[in-house]
Amino acid sequence: MNIIKLKDKVLSRAFWRGIISITIFLLIWEVGARFEGWFGYLVPWIGLIPPPTDVFASWGGLIGDPSYWGSWYLSFMRVLGGFCAAMIIGIPFGLFMAVNRTFHDTAFPSFEILRPIPPLAWVPASIIFWPTAELSIAFVTFLGAFYTIVINVLGGAKSINKQYLQAAQSMGASQWDIFRRVVLPATLPSIVVGSAVGMGITWEVVVAAEMISGGGGSGGAGGGLGFFIWNSYVGGSYEQIVVGMISIGIAGYFSSEMLRSLGGRLTPWLKTR
Amino acid sequence: MNAITQQNVKPAVELRSQNSSEIVVNNISKVYGGGPFAKEVIKDCSFTIESNKLTVMIGPSGCGKSTLIQLIAGFEKPTTGGITMNGKPITGPGKDRLVLFQESALFPWMTTYDNIMYGPRARGETGKETTELAEFLLVKVGLEAFRDKYPDQLSGGMQRRAELARAMINKPEIMILDEPFRGLDNMSKELMWEYYADLYEEERNTNFFITTDIDEAIFLADRLIIMTNLPTKTRHVIEIDIPRPRKIEDVVSNPRANEIKKEVMTLLHEEAMKSFSGGSKAAADFLEAYSKRSE
Repeated sequence: MNIIKLKDKVLSRAFWRGIISITIFLLIWEVGARFEGWFGYLVPWIGLIPPPTDVFASWGGLIGDPSYWGSWYLSFMRVLGGFCAAMIIGIPFGLFMAVNRTFHDTAFPSFEILRPIPPLAWVPASIIFWPTAELSIAFVTFLGAFYTIVINVLGGAKSINKQYLQAAQSMGASQWDIFRRVVLPATLPSIVVGSAVGMGITWEVVVAAEMISGGGGSGGAGGGLGFFIWNSYVGGSYEQIVVGMISIGIAGYFSSEMLRSLGGRLTPWLKTR
Repeated sequence: MNAITQQNVKPAVELRSQNSSEIVVNNISKVYGGGPFAKEVIKDCSFTIESNKLTVMIGPSGCGKSTLIQLIAGFEKPTTGGITMNGKPITGPGKDRLVLFQESALFPWMTTYDNIMYGPRARGETGKETTELAEFLLVKVGLEAFRDKYPDQLSGGMQRRAELARAMINKPEIMILDEPFRGLDNMSKELMWEYYADLYEEERNTNFFITTDIDEAIFLADRLIIMTNLPTKTRHVIEIDIPRPRKIEDVVSNPRANEIKKEVMTLLHEEAMKSFSGGSKAAADFLEAYSKRSE
């Protein structure tokens, strides 16, 4: 029981360190941004951005604004859509490459040529060949997560300890049983890691795609946190740019945290290490 | 963990498989690679794993014993010659020949109990008889308190015991163990010998056990096969006629055990010497050290 107590203590200490870290960060930012007003000297870089108090004031005004939450909603849906599609297609694709040599040899070279192309390089092409802006954004988001997930699944499934497979075989397990109860759980940690990294890339990509595709297009496409930032920039509202940036930070953190807790629940044996 | 002698668990379930099975290895060789890179690991190797006996194979490390296990288990095929089980050639892996590997092959994502139940569940045998056997084995290997723990939460010795239970629940006709207690500290190792010997004496099935540890070999074996250096073949077979159940002390104090130990050491020493280039200084030093050890 001492271990739990100790853990709580460590946890709370880490928690307070986090609070202190954020407070110091905000303090430096505030002072740096207001320095010119107070002492007549412009602090490089920090002096050019709005101070946090102004940002939070502007944020306060936006809390009640449905269009701000609309941006959240749109970006979240795009991330979720692209990410889920990447999981649904990427996990079986990676697993199949790992267990089937013929498929691996045919599919892998093309995959490896396409993989280094950054998802954002796909934006113009995807605007051309997808009928709606919404679909092109979704496609680019999908690509962001897809490659990472496939590479992780493939690597994880290929590095399974051979003795696990031989042990299962010698206990009379069928191929299907070995896949379901040995290959799949052995790959699960890699799937979780691949998903977490993929989720991060998805947020990077969706925001950039929203900025580039202009967002304000017709047919309901557009909006999103990326467009919110771009729009604030065009409109000259510098506080709102920062609000948009922080919003993305929070959204990304939430998504990763959700994935982490889900992943932890799927791989309970890793907690014991 | 000191409770081996206190465990008054009545075998509520039958561990013994009804068959008596033997494996005949007939003049096999195994070559890896081809051309100038070909490596002959096994050559002209013949021996029999006799039915309802514990056959221990001992040989210099790296002599190809693990390759033999791959062949007998059916994961690989010999280059020439054949291996038969009860007269039928071995064509692939099967649950009649169960392998316990050098390193723990417990599935890290399953609890002790789920690991033990893996084989039966894979074959759809989940009746009352099987779950009772699983409970019996859990107690037998002293892990009933650890049934819901993952392998990473068990000590090295506990992992090996869980693995023994996971193998035995399948009632294999032949159990093949590849240096299963390697890497354990001496205390856990001796404890494992007792656990394993105890389980063996209860089931008396055909067991094939590979080791590099002479004490382990003598404590456990009914028959001891001594192997040559690479490419490996049978050097000598000794019947270990020390009565069962044996005690750990027997390995040290029993005169017959000491006699066998000396014989095995001499043979192994000769094999080890062959791997040195003839007459080198290193070989001479080794010889001297070895002769001192066996005195």
